[in-house]
Parts: sequence; C-alpha cells; structure tokens
Amino acid sequence: MSERTERSEGREGMPGQHGMSERTERSEGREGMPGQHGMSEDRLDGLSVRDVRVSFDGFTAVDGVSLEVPAGDIRFLIGPNGAGKTTLVDAITGLVRATGSVRFGDQELLGRPVHRISLLGIGRTFQTSTIFEELSVVQNLDIAAGARRSWATLARRRRGIPDEVAAALETIGLIERADQLAGTLAHGQKQWLEIGMLLVQDARLLLLDEPVAGMSHEERDATGALLETVSRDRTVVVIEHDMDFLRRFARSVTVLHAGKVLSEGTVAQVQADPRVQEVYLGHPVAAGSVPSPSEA
Amino acid sequence: MTAVTPAPPSTTTPPAPADAAPPSRSGGRSRLRAAAGFAFGAAVLFGVAPLLLSDFRLALLAKYLCVAMVAVGIGIAWGRGGMLTLGQGVFFGLGGYAMAMHLKLADAGPGGMPDFMQLYGQLDELPVWWRPFASPWFALPATVLLPMVVAFGLGSLVFRRRVRGAYFAILSQALAAAMVILLIGQQGTTGGTNGLTDIQGFFGYDLDDPVNQRMVYFIIAGVLLALLALARQLIHSRYGELLVAVRDSEERVRFLGYDPASVKLVAYVVAAGMAGLAGALFVPAVGIISPALIGIVPSIEFVIGVAVGGRATLLGPVLGAVAVAWARTALSERFPGTWTYLQGLLFVVVVAFLPGGLASLWALARRGNADPASSRRGWSALGRRRAERAEVEVA
Repeated sequence: MSERTERSEGREGMPGQHGMSERTERSEGREGMPGQHGMSEDRLDGLSVRDVRVSFDGFTAVDGVSLEVPAGDIRFLIGPNGAGKTTLVDAITGLVRATGSVRFGDQELLGRPVHRISLLGIGRTFQTSTIFEELSVVQNLDIAAGARRSWATLARRRRGIPDEVAAALETIGLIERADQLAGTLAHGQKQWLEIGMLLVQDARLLLLDEPVAGMSHEERDATGALLETVSRDRTVVVIEHDMDFLRRFARSVTVLHAGKVLSEGTVAQVQADPRVQEVYLGHPVAAGSVPSPSEA
Repeated sequence: MTAVTPAPPSTTTPPAPADAAPPSRSGGRSRLRAAAGFAFGAAVLFGVAPLLLSDFRLALLAKYLCVAMVAVGIGIAWGRGGMLTLGQGVFFGLGGYAMAMHLKLADAGPGGMPDFMQLYGQLDELPVWWRPFASPWFALPATVLLPMVVAFGLGSLVFRRRVRGAYFAILSQALAAAMVILLIGQQGTTGGTNGLTDIQGFFGYDLDDPVNQRMVYFIIAGVLLALLALARQLIHSRYGELLVAVRDSEERVRFLGYDPASVKLVAYVVAAGMAGLAGALFVPAVGIISPALIGIVPSIEFVIGVAVGGRATLLGPVLGAVAVAWARTALSERFPGTWTYLQGLLFVVVVAFLPGGLASLWALARRGNADPASSRRGWSALGRRRAERAEVEVA
C-alpha cells in the first residue's frame, strides 16, 4: 500500500482511541515486547500470498488469492459469508492444504505443519474463543510463551511471572485478573487474553478472526487501540464484519468474494469501489451518494 | 511497553465466583502441605497398616497398592491428558511378565527351565527371548522400560495421526485383547491361560515367609509414595499445565507452536512405565501373573477406580483404586456374584452424578463450609463442573 508511507518518528504514548487521523501513521519508535527470543526484536516482516487455492472435494473455497500485506500493516479482510476469509487464514496457518505460495518474510509457509508455522512467528485467533478455560490467565499466557522452551524447563514448576508474560498482562489490561480462571473472564477479556497469548508467543504476524464480535462499544475501542499498539512491531491481519470498527482501525482493506480478491486499497478506496458496493448492496450506488458497505 | 489498558468499565465484568478462583500458588505453603500429606501417607502405610492388619490383609493391601500405582499413571494420562486408556493391563502385564519370567528362571536355577515348560512344552531348551530375563540387570529395568518402549511406539503412531477420544479408548482396549490372545496362544512359552504361577522366591528371599511378604509390602508402599511424588512434580510443572491445555484444546496448543502429539506421548509413556512397575511388584506380592489379570476386564477396572476417586486429582485415583479393590474383596466375601453389578452401578453413578469423582465431594464440602450459598448452587450441573475445576487446581 503506497499510501501507507507516512511515519511518525518516536511517537510517544498510547494511540488515541479515536485516532482517525492517526490511523495511517506507523510508529517507528517501537518499544517492543521484551522478547527473550532475540530473532524477532528488530524484524518486521510482511505477508505475501500468491495464487493460493484451497479446494474441498471439488468446491473451491479460495480461488487463486494473491495479496501483499506490508510489514506493520493492519489489514482488514472483509467479504460476505463464504467468501473464503477464514479458509485463507486456515491455509496460511497450515490448517488446510493449499496450493500456491505464502511467504512471511523470507519463509515459505505452505507445506509446513501447523506448529512449525507457529514457531515461525505466525499467530492466530479463532472466531470462537479458544483459551484454556480451566487454567488461570497467567497459566494461559505462560503456556503461550513456552513453545520454544526446553523439556528441562517444562519439567520444572513455574516460579513467579516471566517478564514477557507480565508485559503482555499489562498490554492487554488483565493484570488484576492474572490468577483468575480464564473461563470466568468476560467475553471481551477472553479475546484480549487471546491476543495477549499471541504477543507472548512472539508472533510477528497476527491473524485475528472476528476479534470484536459480540463486544460492547467500549470493548471495541479498547481492542482497536490494542491493535494499534501491537502493530507497531507486528503485522496484523483482521477478519471482521463490523464496518464501523473497520473504518476506524483498518490501515488497508482487502475484499474477498467467492474465493477471489474483489478489491483492495484504503478504506475510502474500497468503499468507493462499485464492485464492492454491488456485492454488499446488490447494486452499484449512484455517484454522489454516500458509499458505505452495509454491515455484512 | 505503553499500557493500552483496555480495561473495560467494571460493569461489563460479572463478578467472578470466589470459589472458581484457583488458589494462589504460594509455593511455600503448598509444598509444606504436600510434605505433611506425604508424611501422613507414609505414617499410615508404614506404621498404622502393618500394626492393625493381619498378614493376610496386609498382603491384600499390597495388591491394592499395586493397582493404585496403575491408577496414578491413569490419573496423569486420562485425568490430566484426556487420554482414556482402557488398555493399561497391557503395560501392567509387560511389567508383570518380565518380573515373573526372571523369578521363574531364578527359581529354576542356573541352566534350568521353568516348570511349566517341562510340563507341556516340547521344548528342549529355553526360548531365545526368555534368556536375557535370567539376569536381574536386564529383567528389572525391563519391567519399566519395556512398557515405556511399547507405549512410545504405539503412542507415536496413534497421536501423530490424531486418534483420540473414543477411538483411542477402543484402540487401547483392543490392544489389551490382542495381548491376552497372544499370551494364551503361545502356551508353551508363556504358560497360556494359567500364566506364570507358583513363584517361590524374590531375589533370594522365600516368598512364603510372612516376614518377606511384609518386606514386599513395604517396598510396594515406598514405590507408591515415590510415584505420587513424581506425579505431583509432573502435575505442578509447566509440562503439567501444558498437558491440561492439550486436554482442553489440542488445536489451540498446536497453534501456539507445540506439537500436542509429543506432549501426550510423554504422559502416556509415563503412565505405561508406572503400570509396568506396578505389574512387576504385583508378582512377588501375589505370586502369579496371568492373562486374566491383564486383559480387558482388569484394564477397565483400573479405570473405574480412577473415575470413582476423581481422575484429575493427585490422590483421587489412588484412594479410588484402593477403595474399589477393597470393596470388591469385602463384598465378594459376603455376597459372592453381586460384585460385577455393584461395580457397574458404582461406575454409572459416578459418571452420571459426580464426574469429578469422590474428590469433588471434598471440594464441595469445603466450599459449603466457606459459603453456604455456593454450596446450594454446587449441586447444579454447573457447580459440579466448577467443583471439578477447582479440584483440578488444588491437586
């Protein structure tokens, strides 16, 4: 996205909750997670999807999708039900078999098993929350942080709270609930915990499947601000149906329809695209009227 | 890092029920409590039981404690790892037969053949695969390592192919059936249906001597306590937390970069090793190992004890296994023939009304004291689940 070149150097403080005008900025002054794994500290990679196809028994769910998500972007994937959004994420994360090419940085992802892809720094959430409900918040985060741990570490008991877990707790605002069972969290908090798990997992590409579904307005605002924070040193891809949320927090948008890329660009560009209007509204909107895809 | 503090207004957060919060892991206190628990267990097993029980009852208790060792392993594999293994008899049998083979060879003396081979085997000499068991240096490690190797091989195949749930249970049960058929079919070298019987000595000690029987009991009690300590370490380690995570959401763990198959494999192999050790110690305690002791029915009975006691807890499986085995003896003595029905009934009742096992009663009672309101709620299905959860944390 060539539009997305403005950068603010060393931006301080938290991103405004209503930062419409700041949306296109990308902070270079990233504090970063105190990641213990070194390798990711300074690397900000983009996602490159080339001609990806996924078929189930003759039904082609993803039909030759190509898209580039530059490093540090917050890309929204939208499209009607059945457009192939989740399947595309499934393909990227190794959950379903796909042809084509998916590269993150200089690594090819397709063909690797799920947990290997995860170790390359790809993290995802699901439409339904998949935290470990019978473990506490800290335990959830600690497990997410531990995939690279040695067996010797695993055999020992956890003492205190590791630094990266503490940092993530602070980022997602769940410090006070650290010892609470994850299953007892409120809906929004569960989603934040999921995002927190991606942070401690040291994921550099976050694939979030409908992160704000079912959230209150306050929770959506907080989630958006959270996305802006984490995108400082990560690349974020969000599947979302909530158009209001998209307008406020998307840096770029890809519209999928029937397994293909229909349109791509900034929020304004996509909204103005007659093909998008046709898919969403059934007919192109006459020039001059407010271009606004309805809630899907 | 700059805090974004997406902390929502408190109104969006329902107050968490106090009982559901896990106890904070103040390491010192919980370790003190564990040490006290072990001391109590040791006092009962080494002091009270030998004083109060006759030699006959003590020998029975030794047998129950062997079953309890299997139960500790099942508690890890099933309670913590979600692998309902209906075939622990296989590993129990491998350990038992390895030990019995060594003891039979030791009874027969150097160069001798076990009595049963002379009786109905047309064998001129010892089969090749029997020979290494003449050495205690091979046979003793084999009682534990053999089951672990078999479990590793089987587990690698099964878990990588993502066989789980009922399919895994059926598979493990089929394995127990296969093992029994194999043993019976090879009568000439395995003793067939009779198994390996009439074991006289245990590393030079005469097993008919009550003093030596007592020694065997003490060994068994000591090993059980050691296995409990090992299980406790495993449960409280990071690995233990990970195992619960795999049990509850295997796919999610995969997306965190772990290979769930390896995580499950470790628990399965550990459980197999414990079952093998139990089988090995069962032989000197009872003096026999036979297909009837390791087949489908005993394998299921192992699991029933664990379910009754509370599978996700540390002590539940042990107490449940001993209680069920004890009840079996007591009731069979008084009402022969009814035990099978009672056992089935017990299992149904526990599964239907007390999924957390008897251990969850303990949690309920404790909560009831703390907060009467929550105890009423505790009898609802939801409360039961919570109690189970709380107990999972306590264990």
